[in-house]
Amino acid sequence: MTSLDPIRTAVAVVLVSVGGLFFLIGTIGLLRLPDFFTRTHAATKCDTVGAGSLLIGLAVYDGASTSALKILVLVLLVLVSSPTSGHALARAAYRTGLKPWRAGEEREVS
Amino acid sequence: MDVFFWSTAIFLLVNAFACLYRAYDGPTVVDRVLAINIVVTKTLVVLVLLATVFGRGLLLDVALVYGLLNFVLTVVATRYIETERLTGDWS
Repeated sequence: MTSLDPIRTAVAVVLVSVGGLFFLIGTIGLLRLPDFFTRTHAATKCDTVGAGSLLIGLAVYDGASTSALKILVLVLLVLVSSPTSGHALARAAYRTGLKPWRAGEEREVS
Repeated sequence: MDVFFWSTAIFLLVNAFACLYRAYDGPTVVDRVLAINIVVTKTLVVLVLLATVFGRGLLLDVALVYGLLNFVLTVVATRYIETERLTGDWS
């Protein structure tokens, strides 16, 4: 078991780094994109993948234990709830009459 | 390894504060709700990182409740935005 520890740590480092990268991309998208629909497109997907990858990395680092199981339950929760809330938000924005941004228009405030 | 997890947590917190700008500035209400949703997801991941660093399993339960609260909060907020009431059927 101990001979597998370096491999486990390396896999955890890679997964956590990929998750952090996706979070960074999501933040940039949330701050820079022109209107709400593009922002929810960027932020929701990047958050789902980022949180999923990072949490799976932490579960791998923990090894076979109760906390790894709890982290996997958290991954399941994030994978189900994050796209659902993103969809609900986009639907609410569309139904309340928010117009999508067209190319060539002025960006919204900031 | 602890240093790596600490730096990841600090990186995520900086990201979360950057996302708070969208909650402050967002031109529409849905922008603000989306930004808070994203910030809470990042906070959840930071909680799991702290649980791994400190070896406290309790923080994982806190993170689980936090994630459920995030989901319920967003769905209720969108329902209120869409139908302008909280009880009764949709439309």
